[in-house]
Amino acid sequence: MIDHDHRHTVELRRTGPLTRIGALVLRHLYLLRGSWPRLLELIYWPTVQMILWGMITQFLVTESVWVQQAGGALIAGVLLWDVLFRGQLGFTLVFLEEMWSRNLGHLFVSPIRPIEMVAAFMLMSLIRTLIGVGGASVIAILLYHYSIFDMGLPLIAFFFGLIVMSWALGLVVSALILRFGLGAESLAWFLVFALAPISGVYYPISVLPDWVEPIAFALPSAHIFEGMRAVLIDHVVRWDLLRHVFLLDAAYLVIGVAVFLLAVRIARQRGLLHQVGE
Amino acid sequence: MATDVIVAETISKRFGAVVALEPMSLRIAAGGIVGLLGGNGAGKTTTMAMLLGLLRPSSGRIEIFGLELERHRYELLPRMNFSSPYVDLPHRLTALENLRVYARLYGVVRPEARIAELADDLDIGNLLRRPVGKLSAGQRTRIALAKSLINRPALLLLDEPTASLDPDTADWVRGYIQRYRAESGATIVLASHNMAEVERLCDDVIMLKAGRLVDRDSPAGLIARYGRHTMEEVFLDIARSGARSAP
Repeated sequence: MIDHDHRHTVELRRTGPLTRIGALVLRHLYLLRGSWPRLLELIYWPTVQMILWGMITQFLVTESVWVQQAGGALIAGVLLWDVLFRGQLGFTLVFLEEMWSRNLGHLFVSPIRPIEMVAAFMLMSLIRTLIGVGGASVIAILLYHYSIFDMGLPLIAFFFGLIVMSWALGLVVSALILRFGLGAESLAWFLVFALAPISGVYYPISVLPDWVEPIAFALPSAHIFEGMRAVLIDHVVRWDLLRHVFLLDAAYLVIGVAVFLLAVRIARQRGLLHQVGE
Repeated sequence: MATDVIVAETISKRFGAVVALEPMSLRIAAGGIVGLLGGNGAGKTTTMAMLLGLLRPSSGRIEIFGLELERHRYELLPRMNFSSPYVDLPHRLTALENLRVYARLYGVVRPEARIAELADDLDIGNLLRRPVGKLSAGQRTRIALAKSLINRPALLLLDEPTASLDPDTADWVRGYIQRYRAESGATIVLASHNMAEVERLCDDVIMLKAGRLVDRDSPAGLIARYGRHTMEEVFLDIARSGARSAP
């Protein structure tokens, strides 16, 4: 590389990916720290959902043998579903923040690579989900004496299975928003709900029509909620289901990253990176 | 002997059927302030975005500091920076938070010291704790300039650095750009359609019109060749009556 007469240079270190990822995470932590409504919102909706389904559970326990046996499967379903929804929303909202603030141009001419941005968005999604769903889980203990943590180690597997799936969805939604502009931002809120009926959040997959079942089992979420019920009702850990979860997650994540990187490549060809904003 | 910091060979940009930039070659020597001058839609922002790697040329290749931009982008970006009125810093973060984030992204070793230095240079110390969105246009421009200088870039690209500024602030910004070039030896590429600014700051002016490079010379050279008194008159000559062929 040609080294020109550059008289007063600032000392720059050869930064690794972790420093750059940390810098972008810091940017979004500053945003959260500076806005208590944002923090409150993270906990608000998971808590409202959990309270609603807690009430329904309390009512159904007296009416339904299945609910009596399920031992909190409805509340656990609500909380785990929110891991998927909040995780996806968290990823996409962090990306949207960069578009709303017209900051993408600055980011894409800084030394951070697109794949490092993806890692930073994943970390922020994890932080936001832990705050939101973690808060609601603690409130469930206080209100209903129901602790999702009683599920033990399988809960960690379910959580990571869902959060990885949420990142894959977030990557695809962010790619679509980058490609089609902020007009597509409502995808961030509704796309994941298309998967709710076939994920078996509140009922077994066997309830679905026969032809829908293979579609449902192509989703990691269906295996996770089946696995959750196996733990809560039958008190067994279905390793076969967990194996499917992580294989499917790996495939979806690879596809999500590839779609996002392709969207960035197209955005660079079409001049979208310095023209985005409200 | 000045070395070329930027070498662009027959770069062009098409968006479908629309030609944003006809094939154009240019070399930009180290240590100067080079103006990209042209009216709306002339191709200034497109050229700048391609030099930054934000936009991929439809054809041609770009070398910066002797390295091909497309292949060595992430080696080059730490030595470059830019500012544009079309790209904001996050409004809800304070100026200080924004500068801290970008200092880390660029790998500045002592970020707080560099921010303090910039706060002195750009007289932004009293703005650092305020959210960027609460600042006036002039104040925001100074913060954006601070961000563009956080890594003390050897190549600084400024897109309309004084757009929407009052004359006093605009004059101050121009003075600062001159001082920065003088003390750092950096190469500055500046896109503008402000003729007085170009005349004052630039050693070399690239005239663009409707996506074509139509002329190039020093401001004095262009004024003399067109038989005019100011760059504004040269600009109007080119804009209204066609241009001489590119050198």
